[in-house]
Amino acid sequence: MLRERTAVGLAIAAGALLVYNLYQMFMVLPDEALQGAIYRILFFHVPAGIVGMIGYFVALTFSLLYLSSGNLRWDSLSASIVEVSLVFSLVNIVTGSIWARNQWGIWWTWDYRLTSALVCILIFAGYLMMRRAIEEPIQRARLSSALCIFGCVDVVIVWKSIEWFRNNHPGPVLSIRTGGGTMDPAMERILWLNFLAILLIGISLVLVRTRQETMAREIDSLRRFANAV
Amino acid sequence: MRTLSQALAVARKDLAVEIRTKESTNAAGAFALAILVLFSFAFDPSADMLRQMAGGLLWLVFAFAGALVFNRGFAKELPNECLDALLASPLSSASLLLGKAFANVVLLLALEIVSLILFGVLYDVNWTACPWSLAAVFFLASWGIAIIGAAFGALTVNLRLRELMLPVILYPLLVPLLIAAIELTDALLFEKRITGTELLWGRILLAFDIVFTALAMALAETILVN
Repeated sequence: MLRERTAVGLAIAAGALLVYNLYQMFMVLPDEALQGAIYRILFFHVPAGIVGMIGYFVALTFSLLYLSSGNLRWDSLSASIVEVSLVFSLVNIVTGSIWARNQWGIWWTWDYRLTSALVCILIFAGYLMMRRAIEEPIQRARLSSALCIFGCVDVVIVWKSIEWFRNNHPGPVLSIRTGGGTMDPAMERILWLNFLAILLIGISLVLVRTRQETMAREIDSLRRFANAV
Repeated sequence: MRTLSQALAVARKDLAVEIRTKESTNAAGAFALAILVLFSFAFDPSADMLRQMAGGLLWLVFAFAGALVFNRGFAKELPNECLDALLASPLSSASLLLGKAFANVVLLLALEIVSLILFGVLYDVNWTACPWSLAAVFFLASWGIAIIGAAFGALTVNLRLRELMLPVILYPLLVPLLIAAIELTDALLFEKRITGTELLWGRILLAFDIVFTALAMALAETILVN
């Protein structure tokens, strides 16, 4: 019950913050000098990408916790986080693609950042597919935890690819990575506020999804018990 | 040291079985040849086109044919509960996984040598200009493919949809390694040398091997416990 209230509370807070951010983005901030109005898509593209990547690392932490403790709750959390992170990674790719069509004239290019981000999506989509292919909960938790650990190596490559390779994708612009001077502070402020809003949406989705996952596991164990009896 | 000697014993056993049955090598070899032939219909094998495609073509052949080998690596231990017997033996899980990876890499390298000779003949490419550098690239990339192939072969061995799941989880993870191997192979086949940019790919290849070998060893117990 507390978890449900928390999820609803976080979703309401995220919604209120999102309304404020949208007002700032469209009514207060001016168009960007070189890109025009389309730059506003970056207020969703960048935070969705960051939330997705943070999610994979948090899922990695819970996978390690499951492997050290054997508590299936950590596995449910890890699976829920991967699912939600995958949605944000897709948002990141789609919004980036729309921006690229406007700025570069193409929907997609085989740039290292784009390729590694797509590969990351494929790895974690494979993680979710593998979970569905295993019925026994402990085997599922054990193997998917191992796969999550392997998969997170690619997340590091996605994160560092814009520093390792110079390609079409713009380099780092956030002041925490550049030391400042690459983005207007007013724009960066809204970007971080939107990151907070998207993070809150992500956490509330994870809470809802974890509850569903836990209930599914309980129903499954009852079904197994009934079959055994 | 004990892990290594146990791993070598497992690899010797696997290679002896493979030499007698030729189960994986025949299938992988025929598959590699079929892809090499089919690619000549997919694009015009002119000198310019080959310059762009050669590395990619070769490594796709190796990766796809390799999956046939990895699929059988642990699956062939399932009849007569051989896998359970191996796990119950004094072998550590890490040495079992490492032994399977040793066998995988030997089979993969054999397949690569045959495919490279055929590729040179069929597409008129001279690959003998930098044989030692090419051998080093092939070995590093093959080890990466082999260790991940062994780990994921073990991961999927007890799954209902084993043959379907292995490629789904294996290929995306291999992409960084395959890109590095393709870039280096292209440079060695056509530029006949490795320059500064390609050295970065060499470092990525080496880092990939070290990271995934360490992860596979650390997670061997988790993956193999039934």
